[in-house]
Amino acid sequence: MTSYILRRILVAVPTIFALIVFSFIVMYLAPGSPFSGERPLPEATLANIEAMYGLNRPFYEQIFRYIWNVVVHFDFGPSFIYRDRSVNEIIAQGFPVTLTYGFLSFVVAVTAGVSLGVVAAIRQNTWLDYFAVGVSIGAQVLPNFVMAPILVLIFTLWLGWLPGGGWQGGELPYLVMPVIALSTSFMASIARITRSSMLEVLTADFILTARAKGLPMYRIVLRHALKPTMLPVISYLGPTFVGLITGSVVIDLYFSTGGIGQYFVNAAINRDYSLIMGITILTGALTVLFNLLVDIAYAWIDPRIRY
Amino acid sequence: MKQHTIISTIVFTLIAISSTISHAANSILENGQELADVQTFTYRLLDEIPTLDPQLNEDSEGFDVLRDLFEGLFNQDSRGNLEPGVAKQFRASDSNQTFIFELREDARWSNGDPVTAHDFVYSWRRAVNPATASPYAWYVELATVENAAAIIAGDEMPEKLGVRALDDFTLEVRLEQPLPYFPEMTTYATFFPVHRATVETHGIQWTKPENMVSNGAYVLTEHAPNEFHSRERNPLYWNNKATVIEKVIGRVVNDENQALTRYFADELDYTGIPTGQYPNLKEEYPDEATSVPVLCTYYYAINHTDSGNPALKDVRIRKALSYALDRDLIVSQVLKGGQYPAYNFTHRATAGFETPEIDYAKMQQSELDSEARKLMEAAGYGPGNALRLKLIYNTSESHKQIATVVSQLWKQKLGVEIELENFEWKTYLDIRRTQQFDIARSAWCGDYNEASTFLDLMTSASTSNSGRFSNAEVDRLMKESKTLSDPQENYTKVELILADEMALIPIYHYTSVFMLKPQVKGWPYDNVQLQWYSKNLYRVNN
Repeated sequence: MTSYILRRILVAVPTIFALIVFSFIVMYLAPGSPFSGERPLPEATLANIEAMYGLNRPFYEQIFRYIWNVVVHFDFGPSFIYRDRSVNEIIAQGFPVTLTYGFLSFVVAVTAGVSLGVVAAIRQNTWLDYFAVGVSIGAQVLPNFVMAPILVLIFTLWLGWLPGGGWQGGELPYLVMPVIALSTSFMASIARITRSSMLEVLTADFILTARAKGLPMYRIVLRHALKPTMLPVISYLGPTFVGLITGSVVIDLYFSTGGIGQYFVNAAINRDYSLIMGITILTGALTVLFNLLVDIAYAWIDPRIRY
Repeated sequence: MKQHTIISTIVFTLIAISSTISHAANSILENGQELADVQTFTYRLLDEIPTLDPQLNEDSEGFDVLRDLFEGLFNQDSRGNLEPGVAKQFRASDSNQTFIFELREDARWSNGDPVTAHDFVYSWRRAVNPATASPYAWYVELATVENAAAIIAGDEMPEKLGVRALDDFTLEVRLEQPLPYFPEMTTYATFFPVHRATVETHGIQWTKPENMVSNGAYVLTEHAPNEFHSRERNPLYWNNKATVIEKVIGRVVNDENQALTRYFADELDYTGIPTGQYPNLKEEYPDEATSVPVLCTYYYAINHTDSGNPALKDVRIRKALSYALDRDLIVSQVLKGGQYPAYNFTHRATAGFETPEIDYAKMQQSELDSEARKLMEAAGYGPGNALRLKLIYNTSESHKQIATVVSQLWKQKLGVEIELENFEWKTYLDIRRTQQFDIARSAWCGDYNEASTFLDLMTSASTSNSGRFSNAEVDRLMKESKTLSDPQENYTKVELILADEMALIPIYHYTSVFMLKPQVKGWPYDNVQLQWYSKNLYRVNN
């Protein structure tokens, strides 16, 4: 197992390196410039700005310097648009915000989703099952960009219970709506995957044996059925978790949280090269990391899996 | 320099400074109004402000913040006229080519240092210094400050800029050509002073709340990027006694509908109105929904180069397209925000500008349609020989709606086949800059409140002239207008040439459409550049 993890880490290094090079090339080839606007900049002004960011250097030099700064100094460079901040600063400010609401959304989505799925499966074709399936389908058709304005309408405008946006260092009232809006559709997916997986597991021989032994249902579910049920759920959770903690532009946009997702989209729109690269590398590295963790979790849950 | 002629001396009356805050506010209160106990103003920001460095700023919302934090030589009053800032008065000489500004001695930085002429010299040199790499350096060049262009190009040292401190409180500015409206241009952030020691000590970090030293009516107290920032009154501001609002909060809310919801939840005092919602909101909230003219013009640029459809070189085609474009329909049925149908380029509310009598502006739409058909036929287009044009626009719901309506109008009335192409903003700019279009959606907002800010765009040398229209007479008239004390006649001639040549297709003159809580008073509704200062606002009880 240890050698497998080491091998995966060794593979991760060239993967991330390839990601940097590929992203840099694609970005370089994209039409448009961070400095173009309704009024084109005069040549001399543009030349001064490009010189400041090193864009007047040959391509190979730009990419080499960039990789050198990232790898050696862990410096993602200055933002092209936010002139008084560096990319490191922007990520350091925005990522903890996203991490907080993303992690909480993950916990809510998994807890509620798995519970709903399990209940629906063990009470198949009863009103509980229909209720759970109904809730998950309802949640599925309410994506976060629909949920967010509805929540604000209800909890801010009509009831006046919660602030309509902001972060305030992550105070509870500011967290509630972003977490609900973000977790709902994931919760629905997890519930559906859990339900179908649980239904399959419940017909397995070892469950029938447990039943034949007269074990109570809660013990069968918790001690025997839940672990194998989670296998397909876990393969879904890995990329989901990365998606949640690397930002949701919709949540940032509607709730003004200051998270990283909105920066990513704005950076792409504004051609903020260094910010695009910084967040891409962060997302890439986290994806590689969590894919590895999922694989390790697989081996832990299912002893038949060996690497 | 021999100052042989003083052609204008303007002395401003000092603003009456009341002895107490309440007295200051009470003097502006209307009958029966009482000041609210809590004097805060919260408004919506569309986006995170890219920078709070005055010399680097190019963002209109950033400029709103900077006007509170910093003060230049002059401010604008509620109608857009100049009123004293750090400068008490100025003298112009050499036919408006040299300006002497007399600065007040009681202006202070927020750390207690006096604001001097040397601060302005440092800041203006900083704006054009290639090392600063300011995206707005061109503004100093546009103001024709001596040697600005050469310094930006790296051919001269920043010390050669035509600005110097004659003493601590006297600033001299030399221009390369006469510019009567130069003092108006100093109300923009590029010409604001910055505190040299602060900038040099903290580098790019100097704009952080904990580092910033500023000289405006407010100081920056908090900044949570992409969330909010707040500013509070500056007790060392020279006219602090007249300030009423204690705290100003700008909240970033990207989605305009979400912002409107938060406005109704009393989380915002001011927000824009989404396209199309103004009539209903005006009916329901007549005291809050407002539409005021703002200095921008929406138009379709016509590609006059060889890369455009050759038919567009025929003025009859250009006129036919413009005539058949029903501006009233677009303004009343698509935009619904009180915008003004435009038949000329310069915004109708531009200071000192009289909109010339353009012939086709006086005709009924049915007459225009009939004339347009005749022109198309005369040019050889009609049934069986349809003109095909490519119309490009950048991603936006309202641009899309307008382009769709226009393409339908042209198809129905003239049989013109329009290929609509939508691009995201930066790609669109590239395509438009390289003239890969026939017709391109465009808009222009005045950098200062004077007609040349629009009309200069149509000169051959303008980099913003994306259709590359070129007319020697327009170039000559605009060049000559800089030397005239009353350039209106030249502007009229230029507008008539633009209409006669149909160099571009003006569509509408902008309005700003917004909701403002009725408790907030002092809003400068008549300032067409939307230059509002929090120090002039105040809040009353319901």
